[in-house]
Amino acid sequence: MAQRLRVRYAKRGRLRFTSHRDISRALERALRRADVPVAFSAGFSPHPKISYVGAAAPTGVASEAEYLEISVTRECDPGGLRAALDASLPPGLDVLDVVEAGTGSLADRLECSAWRIRLPGADPALARAAVERFNAAERIEVERLTKKGMRRFDAREAVVSLEAAEEAETTAGQASSQSCVILRMVVRHATPAVRPDDVLTGLRLVADFAPPVPPEVTRLAQGPLDVRTGAPADPFGLDRDNSRGGETEPVSEHVGGDL
Amino acid sequence: METRGTRELRALRPRNGRRDRRAREEPRPRLDSLRAGDDRPWHPFQADTLEGMPVESLFPRLEALLPKVQKPIQYVGGELNSTVKDWDSAGVRWALMYPDAYEVGLPNQGVQILYEILNELPETLAERTYAVWPDLEALMRAEGVPQFTVDAHRPVRAFDVLGLSFSTELGYTNMLTALDLAGIPLRAADRGDDDPIVLAGGHAAFNPEPIADFLDAAVLGDGEQIAIAITEVVREWKAEGSPGGRDELLMRLAESGGVYVPRFYDVDYHPDGRIRRIAPNRPGVPWRVHKHTVMDLDEWPYPKKPLVPLAETVHERFSVEIFRGCTRGCRFCQAGMITRPVRERSITTIGDMVDAGIRASGFNEVGLLSLSSADHSEIGDVAKGLADRYEGTNTSLSLPSTRVDAFNIDLANEFSRNGRRSGLTFAPEGGSERMRKVINKMVTEEDLIRTVTTAYSQGWRQVKLYFMCGLPTEEDADVLGIADLAKKVIQAGREATGSRDVRCTVSIGGFVPKPHTPFQWAAQADHETVDRRLKALKDSLRGDKEYGRAIGLRYHDGKPSIVEGLLSRGDRRVGAVIRAVWEDGGRFDGWSEHFSYQRWMDAAAKAGVDVDWYTTREREENEVLPWDHLDAGLDREWLWQDWQDAVNDVEVEDCRWTPCYDCGVCPTMGTEIQIGPTGRKLLPLTVV
Ligand code: SF4
Repeated sequence: MAQRLRVRYAKRGRLRFTSHRDISRALERALRRADVPVAFSAGFSPHPKISYVGAAAPTGVASEAEYLEISVTRECDPGGLRAALDASLPPGLDVLDVVEAGTGSLADRLECSAWRIRLPGADPALARAAVERFNAAERIEVERLTKKGMRRFDAREAVVSLEAAEEAETTAGQASSQSCVILRMVVRHATPAVRPDDVLTGLRLVADFAPPVPPEVTRLAQGPLDVRTGAPADPFGLDRDNSRGGETEPVSEHVGGDL
Repeated sequence: METRGTRELRALRPRNGRRDRRAREEPRPRLDSLRAGDDRPWHPFQADTLEGMPVESLFPRLEALLPKVQKPIQYVGGELNSTVKDWDSAGVRWALMYPDAYEVGLPNQGVQILYEILNELPETLAERTYAVWPDLEALMRAEGVPQFTVDAHRPVRAFDVLGLSFSTELGYTNMLTALDLAGIPLRAADRGDDDPIVLAGGHAAFNPEPIADFLDAAVLGDGEQIAIAITEVVREWKAEGSPGGRDELLMRLAESGGVYVPRFYDVDYHPDGRIRRIAPNRPGVPWRVHKHTVMDLDEWPYPKKPLVPLAETVHERFSVEIFRGCTRGCRFCQAGMITRPVRERSITTIGDMVDAGIRASGFNEVGLLSLSSADHSEIGDVAKGLADRYEGTNTSLSLPSTRVDAFNIDLANEFSRNGRRSGLTFAPEGGSERMRKVINKMVTEEDLIRTVTTAYSQGWRQVKLYFMCGLPTEEDADVLGIADLAKKVIQAGREATGSRDVRCTVSIGGFVPKPHTPFQWAAQADHETVDRRLKALKDSLRGDKEYGRAIGLRYHDGKPSIVEGLLSRGDRRVGAVIRAVWEDGGRFDGWSEHFSYQRWMDAAAKAGVDVDWYTTREREENEVLPWDHLDAGLDREWLWQDWQDAVNDVEVEDCRWTPCYDCGVCPTMGTEIQIGPTGRKLLPLTVV
């Protein structure tokens, strides 16, 4: 195998409604369009060697930090591949960063995720109170339907931090502005995974807090938990130390994407 | 009134139009067109609620609903190669609808071609809309979100034309849902100047009578040129300040004879229910409306930039039509009859389109489409050229072909060069020699056995056979003949391979007599008969110890075919049934989990429509058929003769290789057969 590349990509705006399968089909096509020399498995129905690293953000959840690895048969310049692949994907599936794989497993580095949840129309005071109760609790048992059936698990322990803020949202042409709560949280990856909707379930259980409309969830980052900042660090840090190319773009302006 | 646009529309008229033989009576101009009673049910998007609303994206309102529905990705658009044009600078705006779910509608070639062609026109915009599933429909009704396009999420009612492509009649109820959600009155007669022109095309539009009340217009045949011509007529009319309103626009379209406007025709009935006459009800409207035929497919190499969906769809491949039309003359085949004559795309254009399409899409499968793809005059070179070109690239090629001969196997071998030889499909269609003569499927038992022997001995392990049940003159023995044939196929396979590891799958479809075919006069078999014959066939295969387990059987029960038969050969009176079914909740009739036979029968009873009269009744030669004023080019007398020949087991050859037998199409439509060979070869691509 000539080279292994690690890719960070985003799903934004209306493309957050893609499922994991949708993304993998789109990616395989984009690789062909971009003429990336992907390695194929042997056998009767060869498939491209692409592995998705970490738990994919669920359908309907936007993300600024999804990861995958590709094997290619010939050396590729990570920066050039990033641009070519990005241009071949539909807008909203955006390739942010590509590095040559260093030693060590990328999956092991994805220890936690930072999430942002927009709750348009929610009451900021109630949200703050609910977050306080959540943080004060030892354990919060939630239930969710998983592939293995209904499971009951603790949604509190994996949550490294959770805070509520207020965003004033002014709708164009309207005089009134509607309140909008922003929840930010860092959650350690665990089994079963504690997802943003589990935290929302927790908030409902501890404080009867329920948002009026469906929440807009975005994964902002994934990586090793940086104990100083309490947030995920760049998981490509180790690859970048001993490889060329691949610059992290400032991504925060894109968050949420637009149509 | 003659304008540049209407002149161009007129220019699309067949050059050598023949005298109209069916115009037995002189036109009696009448201006009292179809009267509309006000029986519209209330719904949240009644016409006036959208009045004066600026055309902005509905997406923010739709977005809030998407987390609550299945597969939301199908509603968001944003496909690779999709186009969003500026609304205000487009003079003519088309909403194109394939009236089925996105996963079925998106790959539709007709819609993709028109979408691309219209968007290439200056000051013209086309967007797509599909049927929404009941979960989203309920939310849209609750929240007052109207039917939207997936490109820019604009309300469908804001467009000038809503063009619907009907491959099958089973999309009719979905059309009603879309109209209703859009806030467009269901009945054409109730629409005002702010509503789009609702226009139908596609194969089902060759008899649009059952949906005549809901349509403003229909177009027969190839859509490329007529869509452009219609655009120009609409553009001129709008530029002039929309004189005379909707009525004048429809009149400008109808005058040409190239666009059918149902409201300008009256249908009179005999006391016994048969049609007495179909006649124009105002001066200037021609007695007959003709189909459109694109003669040079190389001039129309679409799609150039295939749409690449994010959602999973039924065909995940890039398809190139390698020819249109088919003159094999299978008597049951409406597609073959209404698309005559054969017009081939040249080998070089096919090669260029495949290359460009793969580059633009990233698809890893290419399909070479047509009604009988192995019949292209240079298919061998096309197959070899493409197989050479894409060898080792993980690009696979497919060629839907069901021809029963060794050549077909050679092609299949070429296309499966790198892959596994899994299954080959052949379509004898009829179970007995006599039955195959009736339907003009010129395949003998010997041909079939020889062909499958070759297939099995060349490494193919599975053979799929297509048949129909319920064909005219069919008897129990003809259907039981399918079992005998399948057993002989297995026996031949075992002998050829020396192994018992050969399989054969028999797929059976219910026959539905279709307009513009020699069987348009035939009695459809009732569903009890079809089910009884299928059961006998099943028992015969099940009970066979020697072969039974090597033969798989696939079929549907006969009931859906009856509904299809009602809609295929129905007249304007059937519209009330469609509407009643829709009002009762009928949606997605092409999906067995949504289709309800009982609902259709109840609705027919309520509307006073005798289903048997439309389906299982044989028609006489002189009965006026609901589509007699719609000209597919086929000579009615030739069709009748072919029907008589069918009953007498007389076969007819293919006019590509034998002299013309005067089906009527070429002289009527001013067309001719366009086939190769061109003698050119596909060049290998230079790798960049
Ligand atoms: S008119 Fe003659 S040549 Fe043309 S399609 Fe009919 S039979 Fe063939």
